[in-house]
Amino acid sequence: MSEVTAIPAYQAPKARSLFEPHRIFLMVLFAIILLSMAWFMRWDWIPRYQTRLLWGIWETIVMLFSTAIAGFILAVPLGLVQVTGPKPLAWLARGFCTLIRGTPLLLQLWLLYYGLGSLFAQYPEIRQSFLWPYLRQAWPYGFAALTISFAAYEGEVMRGAFAGVPKGELEAAKAYGMGRFTMFRRIWLPRAIQRTLPTLTGETVIQLKSTPLVATVTVVDVYAVISKVRQDTFLTYEPLLLLAAIYLILTGILVFSFRQLEKRIPNRGV
Amino acid sequence: MGATSFDLSLLSLSSPGWGGVLLMGLLMSLQVAIGGYLLGLLIGIGGAAGKLWGGPILRDLLEVYTTVVRGVPELVLILILYYAGTDAVNQLMQLLGLPAVDISGLTAGIFVIGVVQGAYSTEVLRGAILAVPPGQLEAARAYGMSPLLSLRRITFPAMLPYAIPGLSNLWLIATKDTALLAVVGFAELTLVTRQAAGTTKAFLTFFLAAGALYLMVTLVSNLIIGIIEKRARRGFARTEGAA
Repeated sequence: MSEVTAIPAYQAPKARSLFEPHRIFLMVLFAIILLSMAWFMRWDWIPRYQTRLLWGIWETIVMLFSTAIAGFILAVPLGLVQVTGPKPLAWLARGFCTLIRGTPLLLQLWLLYYGLGSLFAQYPEIRQSFLWPYLRQAWPYGFAALTISFAAYEGEVMRGAFAGVPKGELEAAKAYGMGRFTMFRRIWLPRAIQRTLPTLTGETVIQLKSTPLVATVTVVDVYAVISKVRQDTFLTYEPLLLLAAIYLILTGILVFSFRQLEKRIPNRGV
Repeated sequence: MGATSFDLSLLSLSSPGWGGVLLMGLLMSLQVAIGGYLLGLLIGIGGAAGKLWGGPILRDLLEVYTTVVRGVPELVLILILYYAGTDAVNQLMQLLGLPAVDISGLTAGIFVIGVVQGAYSTEVLRGAILAVPPGQLEAARAYGMSPLLSLRRITFPAMLPYAIPGLSNLWLIATKDTALLAVVGFAELTLVTRQAAGTTKAFLTFFLAAGALYLMVTLVSNLIIGIIEKRARRGFARTEGAA
């Protein structure tokens, strides 16, 4: 009987502190790696490209938020139509989402830029229209591809969000005599958006990580600036490591600010 | 106006057409996707095990790995790993006194996609293992199963239903991430499409054809995933019912 010992009750692991011995050791190790990278690698090109780099980062951020916002606005009807729209429209929206989500973004971007771009150039009507100065540039195609992609992924999320709003709330709205549009504006849409908020952080980070693709069609974002540095200086690693660090910091800021934002939005009953 | 009309003969399989080239590109893409996915799965299994049962240093290092991979664009990672990976192998060969090897794009591509996928697989598998009800593991222990046996008999089959949605999503991402290898000059579907389009000036024809091929891969994958998921769920429901 002496062998029988009570199984110890489950204990939650201690909250991990940043300054446990092994972490201090790891941090020192990383600091040494970073310092030796700073010392042994070539970074003298940074001051020369400083302004261009900052401009590139700004361009990336503008690209990210403009496409995310435009994509989200498109996602609302895409989701709504799939839940409540007439059958043909629902199928169309569904097909659109499947199509965009089933093919690589790079291919879509090149299809728009090279395909549509070359198609537009053949029509004198388009060449003479006021839109042509824009259509000759690369960024509208990058913007369009990123927006469409965000809309398709988020549209799928919106579909679930619209479908997930409790029926009772909509019935209550109806009982209060709200019209279909008022009900949508006051109850259905805000409740659905509230439900998508947790996924929005992830989707935005994914969108940030998609933005460098636009550099392949000559839009000058931070990735393109770094590519230019690599061509000019013949350095392989240094510019790419800096680029990775920049994106890592941007992701960190994004995740942090979304977390702050989420704290301020009541999420009871989602 | 030749470029706007869809000249389907451009897609024919034999020489004047580019269909065969596209299919070879598709084959390349699929090879990289399958290889990278499997490598990622291996890394993921190791990573999840390390994160759950490893020592504090290993856990922190794995955290750094998954955080960095998930916070940096795939395109940038692919560039870094593509150059760093081939460079490292050649440095190693030099160190061992062997002649430098020419690493094939296929190997490098599989390595790159695998490392990227590994970070996501780690998280998916870790989450799935954590989702297994602790009571089942306690029951296994009560029956006297050794840790390895309970891993094989309980944890592994019980976590599958939780892991499969995430893992199938990763497979779909893997097939699409292979397109990024076009940027480093690996002749997969997207790059050969662009070459074909550039040569013939029939941009829309080729990009749409490639899009159709990718879509086909996704749809077929979805079908297979559906079958697998149903199978895994069936077992899942039975254990739930028996419990």
